[in-house]
Amino acid sequence: MRDRVFIIIAGAVVGLLAVILVLQGNPANMGFCIACFIRDISGALGLHRAGVVQYLRPEIIGLVLGSFVTALYVREFKATGGSSPVLRFFLGMLMMAGALIFLGCPLRMVLRLAGGDWNAMVALPGYVLGVWFGTLFLRRGYTLGRSQEQAPVNGYAGPFMAIVLLILLVTAPAFIFFSEEGPGSMSAPLFLTLGAGLLVGILAQRTRLCTMGAIRDLILFKDYHLFLGFVAIFVVAMIGNLFTGQFAPGFAEQPVAHIDHLWNFSGMTVVGLAAVLAGGCPMRQLILTGEGQSDALITVLGMAGGAAFMHNFGLAGSPAGVSPAGQWIVIISLVVLFIIGAANTRLLAAGKNKEKAKAS
Amino acid sequence: MTELVDCRGLSCPEPVMLARQALEKAADQPVTVFVSNAVARDNVTRAAKAMGRQVKVEDEGEDFKLFISK
Repeated sequence: MRDRVFIIIAGAVVGLLAVILVLQGNPANMGFCIACFIRDISGALGLHRAGVVQYLRPEIIGLVLGSFVTALYVREFKATGGSSPVLRFFLGMLMMAGALIFLGCPLRMVLRLAGGDWNAMVALPGYVLGVWFGTLFLRRGYTLGRSQEQAPVNGYAGPFMAIVLLILLVTAPAFIFFSEEGPGSMSAPLFLTLGAGLLVGILAQRTRLCTMGAIRDLILFKDYHLFLGFVAIFVVAMIGNLFTGQFAPGFAEQPVAHIDHLWNFSGMTVVGLAAVLAGGCPMRQLILTGEGQSDALITVLGMAGGAAFMHNFGLAGSPAGVSPAGQWIVIISLVVLFIIGAANTRLLAAGKNKEKAKAS
Repeated sequence: MTELVDCRGLSCPEPVMLARQALEKAADQPVTVFVSNAVARDNVTRAAKAMGRQVKVEDEGEDFKLFISK
């Protein structure tokens, strides 16, 4: 029961902070968007040159460091890794590809919905479909294999990178790109964005909040624990938007969004399936990175690489819609995801007996 | 003889799926599950309790040993 209350509070805090961040300067319906923010960081580092989406987003830094400090404090920090790192990099890329077609990670999808952007209502069933595809693989024994314990330095790599990014943000050297217009130029003040990231990092580490796990556990186990957090984000953000006059229902003219229904739907199918196969939504990957999981860090790096790929080749969606090349990326992503899913599916139970013998 | 399920190095939902499988197969017999992270420990515990079992958690070095019984 206490857990239930805690995850609802965590979701509510995420929803509330998202509304506040937008009021204080973040792009509309983008209080939090893990995919967008990692994409902005990619741009700030010059990995892509889309001038309107370049910024070292403090929310990302805060999420990793908040989780890191909490994990250390509760003794859950543990450097592990080595579970199919290359495939995880690709899964990160594909997760980002799908998100940049729709223009948002699952968290932003919920926030867009809470802001009255009905395009997110088209994307949500697509996302659920993707997660459902993923559970089909899980039921057939999909696994990326066991992770191993690693030297602690592997686990510190993620938090270290977050600190380096923070230093670059504060010192703003000339080689870092900061957007002068567009979404990349819009941000709430540093203490708010960093503070919000830290707070959500702490809460998400403790509650294991995950926008993919929410749907997955519901489908797999009829377990609605994480789903409560998911719903709390939506409800509180919607109430917050209504109270602050940020609720603007409709399909057209929504901020950082387009109305290509088919690609909104299927883009999020890519994200849902990739997230199940990678074991967590974009936000969850940041939290796990803070806990010392280098498998999650490699997924985050894959996302950063994916963002560069999508923007350098003009594949990302934009308010004008999704280009034909971007549409092909969705189809190719789905094919690759099904291959990764099928190739790593084996009957876990069959391999289990050998493991059992070892354990006893 | 207790059924042993080794979920070390696996991340959720795999430990939960394996534990549930084992619990269903073991009927009333106790099952011991090894996990290597706190998330799996909590999730397997929650799943076992939802199935009406009792769970006793022991630290096993860096890992956790979950003794699940009726």
